[in-house]
Amino acid sequence: MEGGLGLLVGGGSPNESTMSKLEVVEAEASSYPVEAELELGLGLSLGSGGGGGKGKANAWGDCGRILTAKDFPSVVSQPHRPNKNNNNSSIPSACVVGAVSGTKRAADSVSHEGGSPTAGSQVVGWPPIRAYRMNSLVNQAKAARAEEDKGIGEKDKSKDNLKKKICNGNKANVTGNEKGHLGFVKVNMDGVPIGRKVDLNAHACYETLAQALEEMFFRSTTTINSIGGEKQQVTKPSKLLDGSSEFVLTYEDKEGDWMLVGDVPWGSQLSNLADRENVELLTPEQTPPPLPDVPNLCKKASNHEDVRSQWTCSKIPG
Amino acid sequence: MNYFPDEVLEHIFDFVTSQRDRNSVSQVCKPWYKIESSCRQKVFVGNCYAISPERVIERFPGLKSIFLKGKPHFADFNLVPHDWGGFVYPWIEAFARNNVGLEELKLKRMIISDECLELISRSFPNFKSLVLVSCEGFTTDGLAAIASNCRFLRELDLQENDVEDHRGHWLSCIPDTCTSLVSLNFACLKGDVNLAALERLVARSPNLRSLRLNHAVPLDILQKILMRAPHLVDLGVGSYVHDPDSETYNKLVTAIRRCKSVKSLSGFLDVAPHCLSAFHLICPRLTSLNLSYAPGIHGTELVKLIRHCRKLQRLWILDCIGDEGLEVVASTCKDLQEIRVFPSDPFVGNAAVTEVGLVALSRGCPKLQSILYFCQQMTNAALITVAKNCPNFTRFRLCILDPTKPDAVTNQPLDEGFGAIVHSCKGLRRLSMSGQLTDQVFLYIGMYAEQLEMLSIAFAGDTDKGMQYLLNGCKKLRKLEIRDCPFGNAALLMDVGKYETMRSLWMSSCEITLGGCKSLAKKMPRLNVEIINDNDQMEVSADDRQKVEKMYLYRTLAGQRKDAPEFVWTL
Repeated sequence: MEGGLGLLVGGGSPNESTMSKLEVVEAEASSYPVEAELELGLGLSLGSGGGGGKGKANAWGDCGRILTAKDFPSVVSQPHRPNKNNNNSSIPSACVVGAVSGTKRAADSVSHEGGSPTAGSQVVGWPPIRAYRMNSLVNQAKAARAEEDKGIGEKDKSKDNLKKKICNGNKANVTGNEKGHLGFVKVNMDGVPIGRKVDLNAHACYETLAQALEEMFFRSTTTINSIGGEKQQVTKPSKLLDGSSEFVLTYEDKEGDWMLVGDVPWGSQLSNLADRENVELLTPEQTPPPLPDVPNLCKKASNHEDVRSQWTCSKIPG
Repeated sequence: MNYFPDEVLEHIFDFVTSQRDRNSVSQVCKPWYKIESSCRQKVFVGNCYAISPERVIERFPGLKSIFLKGKPHFADFNLVPHDWGGFVYPWIEAFARNNVGLEELKLKRMIISDECLELISRSFPNFKSLVLVSCEGFTTDGLAAIASNCRFLRELDLQENDVEDHRGHWLSCIPDTCTSLVSLNFACLKGDVNLAALERLVARSPNLRSLRLNHAVPLDILQKILMRAPHLVDLGVGSYVHDPDSETYNKLVTAIRRCKSVKSLSGFLDVAPHCLSAFHLICPRLTSLNLSYAPGIHGTELVKLIRHCRKLQRLWILDCIGDEGLEVVASTCKDLQEIRVFPSDPFVGNAAVTEVGLVALSRGCPKLQSILYFCQQMTNAALITVAKNCPNFTRFRLCILDPTKPDAVTNQPLDEGFGAIVHSCKGLRRLSMSGQLTDQVFLYIGMYAEQLEMLSIAFAGDTDKGMQYLLNGCKKLRKLEIRDCPFGNAALLMDVGKYETMRSLWMSSCEITLGGCKSLAKKMPRLNVEIINDNDQMEVSADDRQKVEKMYLYRTLAGQRKDAPEFVWTL
């Protein structure tokens, strides 16, 4: 690489030579063809790493290392298509796994990092972000990933039936007392990438909650003040709760079972949703087998005792 | 110079405050050494194992304030096992035993226990200031001891520590008679605090200028606190989740209006982003803004906020601001000196900023001196432009999330770009690089980076020559940390005397062998050459040809340390 741009070799005033070399660089940059086909994959690998110049039998042992372009003399001259989704997932995952599992340290460190990195970024200690910041990002990312994705303009590439979760948006770093943060819950609808926030404290019974959700998801022109506005008034029966909608409202309870919302008194429901993180709106195909009879839930919280005994499930028409 | 009586010299030396200058003063001649040492009050020890506490006490009998650093920098990235070392207890115990009148203690990357905190609180009646940065080993019980016993407590500043939270009432332990608090930062604590006690504390602390809350302090309390502390200069908001139409919010706006002195804003640890507009009132006066722990704030909200911050000098932000957002920063914040752009989702491996944002910043903010930039990609052209626009960089740290990524346009290594940086920024003291880099970049660094003191390298270089260029060229190098580079014994042993001019050298996942390290340790008795052998990679009777996974060496006058755990071998 002695030639390069020759930027800093030779005399002349530094500014001048910099200027002219800059132009050269830009000219080069614009004339560089981009070949769409080949993608240069850099990879961690065991064993024979190191460039040709090394010579000696390589006893890297268990250490993985990122191979540089020099390790691929036959392909180094070919252009690398900038990989828009570039993360270390361009590294062959088999190599990565091998390298990581070879060192216990690596495996330990990966588990130290809180949320598990995706398949690509298995390099220990990379990116170089303080562990404290990483942990705090992990906690907050869990709670806010859907909205962040929207903010960064990333499309979620997973399959159509996006099963998203309701997260208590304030769960980050809260270990004990949840009461003060109970209000905000994010609800996601199956098939819709963007979740909406609902303040449970703004609702006194299931009916208003269901109405708010219906407004949010089925009538997108109406904007509900979902961040704890006025207490909602009951105007008409909710389709979500009586089964006439094609969606049902569910949440995941402490034991990890999926329960239908509305099964317990409103007050208990609040605490259920505080402890757990998952509430979904499911499509018909995913609902549990229908149970007989659908009571009308248009009752105030005080009446929930009888509702509880009668409540079974919503029936999905057609 | 012997014409002046000692008192006069002392008085003159009082005006010399920086540690480095005082070190220089003490080297002029023996009398100056004696006088300077006898009156120095603030001491900085960059490596707690480089010298023994007894020696420090002996040399500086007037010691009142000390700043100690423990673990190597790469400990921040989980490369150093937690119990490697960095225990502060021996220091505190020595201070207590020798009746040092300790008033201020600042620690970075050290382990401090509750017992130690309690010892501090009982042993030093004039203790005023405790600053802990990236430390661990203590709980809120230890904080309670400090709170209870330090009658003249002025400053309790906890930055990014790993604290076990027992949810005790440490804050309530500050006695009602204590009214001297100037600075309180507990943003890193995970548990609740007694909110009523917090309010009362603020009410009785007329000198309070810096307050950083944790996430457990909700908005209504924040509003009450601001009403009581309108003279705050530095505010860290805890939880910022609220209803925009509520009474609380209106009161908050009123409270913020009264805070005419706030220059520094941070926090927003939990945030509902819709109503940051309340803070637009403060923005025009802000010189420092840290929103790097607030991923809940969307790029558009960030930009709206920043448009009001014309006086900003320091900005820490997440990459969700995007290249366009950085253009706004560049056009608004003409006084910007330091910027850090962190990735909001490091696990996915996508950063939302590229070289475009960096170039925009360099064009708009010519006063930039310090940058930490996590990005998706970089080009040589961009770096060359940046070097031309901002020759005043003293700290330049660039992290491309894919550590060996070449120039995104030309597919060349980034040697020329970084070469331009070191050539143009003559005052560069700290540099971190990433991307595809060959030996050439090290040649440039060795040739041009004359003031470079700290260098961090990862996945770079081709041969031993790279490291040799560095060691040969950078005369002022103090800290060198290298990971995953193909540098071996030839480079390590090229100039062993160099390491006594440096604070420390870290090498991990390189090509150095046990034999090389042993040879180095033998030649240089005043270096501690430590092999960190976590996960039992090496046997005691290991072959000298075996590669060393992690080596950390540092100069020391204290000899081999006695608190090294089993997996650390000092050769």
